[in-house]
Amino acid sequence: MPKVKALVLTGNGTNCEREMAHACRLAGAEATVVHTAEVFAGRVRLADYDFLNLPGGFLDGDDLGAAKAGAVRFRYGRVRDNGTHRFFDDLMAFVAAGKLVLGVCNGFQLLVKLGLLPALGGRYGEPTASLTHNDSGRFEDRWVYLRVDPATPCVFTRGLDRLYYPVRHGEGKFVTGEPRMLAEMESAGLVALRYTDPQGNPTQTYPWNPNGSPSAVAGVCDPTGRVFGLMPHPEAFLHRTNHPRWTREDLPEEGQGLALFRNAVEYLRG
Amino acid sequence: MAHRVEVGIRPEFRDPRGEGVAREVREFLHLPVEEVRTLDVYTLDLGLGDDDLAAVGDALVDPVIQEWTLGEPYGPRGFPGFHWAVEVGFLPGVTDNVGRTAKEAVEMRLGRGFPHDRQVYTAVQYLIRGEALTRDQVERLARDLLANELIHRWRVLSAEEFARAGGFPAEVPRVRGGGGGRVEAVDLEIPDEALLALSRQRLLALTLDEMRAIRDHYRDPAVRRLRKELGLPAGPTDVELECLAQTWSEHCKHKIFNATIEYHDETGTRRTIRSLFKTYIVGATERVRRGKGDRDFCLSVFKDNAGVIAFNQDWSLCFKVETHNSPSALDPYGGALTGIVGVNRDPMGTGMGARLIFNVDTFCFANPFLEGELPPRLLHPRRIYEGVVRGVEHGGNKSGIPTVNGCVVFDERYLGKPLVYCGTAGLIPREVAGRPGHEKAARPGDRIVMVGGRIGKDGIHGATFSSEELHEGSPATAVQLGDPITQKRLYDFLQIARDRGLYSSITDNGAGGLSSSVGEMAEQSGGARLDLGRAPLKYPGLDPWEILVSESQERMTLAVPPENLEAFLGLAREMRVEATDLGEFTDEGAFHVLHDGRTVAYLPLGFLHEGLPEMRLRARWEKPVHPEPTFPCPGDLTDELTGLLGRLNICSKESIVRKYDHEVQGGSVVKPFVGVVNDGPSDAAVVRPVLESFEGVVTANGIVPRYSDIDTYAMAAAAVDEAVRNALCVGASLDHLAALDNFCWCDPVASERNPDGEYKLAQLVRANEALYDLTVAYGIPLISGKDSMKNDYVHGDLKISIPPTLLVSVIGRIEDVRRCVTMDAKRPGDRVYVLGITRPELGGSEYWAARGFVGNRVPRVRPEETLPLYRGLENAIRRGWVASCHDCSDGGLAVALAETAFSGGLGIEADLSGVPMERVERDDELLFSESPGRFVVTVRPEHAGAFEEALAGTAFAPVGTVTDEPVLVLRGLDGRPVVNARIDELKRAWQAPLAALG
Repeated sequence: MPKVKALVLTGNGTNCEREMAHACRLAGAEATVVHTAEVFAGRVRLADYDFLNLPGGFLDGDDLGAAKAGAVRFRYGRVRDNGTHRFFDDLMAFVAAGKLVLGVCNGFQLLVKLGLLPALGGRYGEPTASLTHNDSGRFEDRWVYLRVDPATPCVFTRGLDRLYYPVRHGEGKFVTGEPRMLAEMESAGLVALRYTDPQGNPTQTYPWNPNGSPSAVAGVCDPTGRVFGLMPHPEAFLHRTNHPRWTREDLPEEGQGLALFRNAVEYLRG
Repeated sequence: MAHRVEVGIRPEFRDPRGEGVAREVREFLHLPVEEVRTLDVYTLDLGLGDDDLAAVGDALVDPVIQEWTLGEPYGPRGFPGFHWAVEVGFLPGVTDNVGRTAKEAVEMRLGRGFPHDRQVYTAVQYLIRGEALTRDQVERLARDLLANELIHRWRVLSAEEFARAGGFPAEVPRVRGGGGGRVEAVDLEIPDEALLALSRQRLLALTLDEMRAIRDHYRDPAVRRLRKELGLPAGPTDVELECLAQTWSEHCKHKIFNATIEYHDETGTRRTIRSLFKTYIVGATERVRRGKGDRDFCLSVFKDNAGVIAFNQDWSLCFKVETHNSPSALDPYGGALTGIVGVNRDPMGTGMGARLIFNVDTFCFANPFLEGELPPRLLHPRRIYEGVVRGVEHGGNKSGIPTVNGCVVFDERYLGKPLVYCGTAGLIPREVAGRPGHEKAARPGDRIVMVGGRIGKDGIHGATFSSEELHEGSPATAVQLGDPITQKRLYDFLQIARDRGLYSSITDNGAGGLSSSVGEMAEQSGGARLDLGRAPLKYPGLDPWEILVSESQERMTLAVPPENLEAFLGLAREMRVEATDLGEFTDEGAFHVLHDGRTVAYLPLGFLHEGLPEMRLRARWEKPVHPEPTFPCPGDLTDELTGLLGRLNICSKESIVRKYDHEVQGGSVVKPFVGVVNDGPSDAAVVRPVLESFEGVVTANGIVPRYSDIDTYAMAAAAVDEAVRNALCVGASLDHLAALDNFCWCDPVASERNPDGEYKLAQLVRANEALYDLTVAYGIPLISGKDSMKNDYVHGDLKISIPPTLLVSVIGRIEDVRRCVTMDAKRPGDRVYVLGITRPELGGSEYWAARGFVGNRVPRVRPEETLPLYRGLENAIRRGWVASCHDCSDGGLAVALAETAFSGGLGIEADLSGVPMERVERDDELLFSESPGRFVVTVRPEHAGAFEEALAGTAFAPVGTVTDEPVLVLRGLDGRPVVNARIDELKRAWQAPLAALG
């Protein structure tokens, strides 16, 4: 069986590349952490990989809003080849080639601001939604209960139902430019993941819904289900000792976060 | 021409920043504000053409939630009902992180770069609805909440003025004024008073002895001859004098800790201590290391930016804690941000450079709810609290380093100076390019390369106020603002450069800037030739001495072998890190400084580093006597316990801790909050820094400044003991635990203005004695530390001195994190044990403080008693016999039992008459005494026998059971219940006090 090749992009404020790569490896992929400078210099080619990981962090400090400046770099930055070409073209080609993209937290924010999510109606590259400041006005690190939409086309969440991951963000409230759009996303199953109360019901109640996202949106996929972004951090729960209550609950050795990466690798293996 | 862009959130979306300001104004300033909306303002001084301007929105604006205007105000369109507008921007020269990112975004959008002197400047505009607000109130709101006069400029406009003027004008706060490059010869052949006056005027902080030592150096005929040959004046240049002042500063040389002290105790006995540092700190560590023999795990202590100990075959572990007190008093946000980002550079610059694995932070504040008038120039404690918390949040979170442990201590005297301790640990490869990773050496011929940020006038002379008033056009020198992203890029770059073996030595630019970093590295090679004219500047107009001592942030200095220079600079360019070759390391025996090729300083290394005359000080100890409390013991202590749980020093700090990312890097094992709903207070933190392994790093802290009012010996001993206990609670081993000492003192040098200096120095001596005694007894090496000795506020006759404060931070290796334990009660039916002996030691306790007493019987640590207990507990936890373990400290046994119960969502029924105790006569002594060396432990019934066996021969007792019923019942000396409370009520009291602070 050919190895699944995972690329974990880092640099300019990305923070979670190490654990993201670890997750890919545990799931059976061959993972490489690459600084974006290497990609722009043309030494690493996106096309040589199957699975693009955009980890959490603070691209450019989130100084202009979460991942905003990062999105400008990804959209307008040019890769040196014999001449130059736009990195964004490589990214679009990567998605069109049936490969997988996973954005976590800042990586999700980046995908949304690039218009790669939700891409409703195939409008890739057109920003139609955003992630903005939590209603609380605060950055918070806390664990949240999640539920997968059983009807979602998302390949990462296949076979999964209830999940428990940490969120660590100040700008995680998912909003759409067109108010109607969210309902369309929901009926297309693009709201792959929702915040729930401990009983598993989607909720608007803080702190179960940590940011006030309408429809409890925690994670979103594109219509193909191959591009997926979520605010919670699956890569922060790879072993039971990551769980906040591992000293008091009987938990399986493997953390629940790994499931998303296993699904990705399995999908790519065909 | 500059262009002004205003970006607002579309009216249909919420503006939590504005909502937060409105809430603060109402709750904190009690002003009638109805609503606040905020705008981001960008002033682009980039010389853009019309085509460029059309594209600016792509770079700066999120089209889904934002709108923007160019050259006209957004307010009337987006929020037409406002009554007042306030705009807050930065003073010239202040770090503008958002402006820097905005410029980069525009560059990326347009595909071309702009020169360094073309910038984007940012401001925030606050549009305020509040019909009843007066101009005075809005001015106050701007001054006291939105802006800080040290770093900000602001303007207030009424709606009418706003309409008339068409909003705020485009202003470019560029640093103006030319000049620079001046070198001055300083005449030291002047009378003593004039020498002292010179030291004061130039903010050199040198004593008369030190000024004379410098003068005498320049009288040496050999020195004179050499200077003549070099074309230097006979006396020092200002560059030399400033360099000496930095190198000889208290901050860098720790003169008080190295002074010869004549110590008089209360019996009149006198003895001489030659250097507290060498006697007690180095002395303790040497003894501990000898005692450990071949189990000694220290690799590099006291000589580098952080202490280094062994971790495993592949990695060493380093740790450093620093304080950033004065800057945080002036600008809480910037000071704390700089504090955390600054201490990150210590491990980055230790050995060949570390990967950073966690941050810790401990704050000491005055009551944030303080009412009444403040002394001049002091910020309200609530502003300090909120600013510091936010500064550490941004510094830690944006750097991708988990903030895992800390503490917040409250005392009214921290009004005079808040304490902001920030620490960072890192992993260094055991080997880098075939050599030990914790060692480094600049070699003659290596290039001096500065990487990271540019040099401005920031932080010249540390945080001392410049005598020059700040005005439009003058750069802010007093306060620095950290820039986490510039540092993050620098850090990513250095990790790669290290692994490629591109440099031979590295250190950070902190206090003293290049004068310290290059001056210290010059000792490794035997000299340095540094050309300041090559240094990249933020703006023109700096004199050579300013370039040399500037404390501009985010800079490291490296020694790069010439054959690697091209590869090093090329990598830096590609990763957008500025790197500049400033000269070379030599073996000429001198620190030779040039400016554009002209020699401006030439200091023999021997004199620079060894010429400082020793300080001689006197210390006099008198035992203070406080009134003994006389109140009778209440019959029921439920209200007392509930009250204690709500005291600032005991209550939950969750509202702060949740703002810190404590899980990034994926190795979180024991989190700051644990228990059935993740809100019980952990004793210590454990992380797994190498994800492929189950080896862990534990860290914890101890700090008890209240005891200093009685005896600093007891204070320091309790701090060590508390740190150790906290670490033991989660599963640490005394075999692999090291400590850092961070002293924050009030001025211990007696003078006319400081008449009780001898007493404060005696307090320092006693704290050192305790530190020695306890670390030797427990076998814990001190591996690094720091002192901050002038934490006083003086204004006219008013003087506020902080209580002498020692923070002890421990770090250690845990063999297998799967053995770790947390503090929450786990299951109904588990047995509850109390370990350690309770004595009536309420002196300095929270219980007495709540009633306005200090008392005298301060808790005493008895290592002969505690050490066997700690060994037994360590063993019991390792073997898996312990279900929960919680340290017993502030508020005593009752608080520890309550926290154990409510964290687990379970009740506890305990009969405390069976607790090991001595001379305890009252129930309040039993419940609230703060005797050290104690724990509350719960054990599964089936493990009780094994647990008791592990602790055989030590003082412990089973006292009760964990219950299903959510109630805490504690029986007192005569077996009668003295506490009977629902755990949810206890928890509510504990969570309430700080929950609402932003």
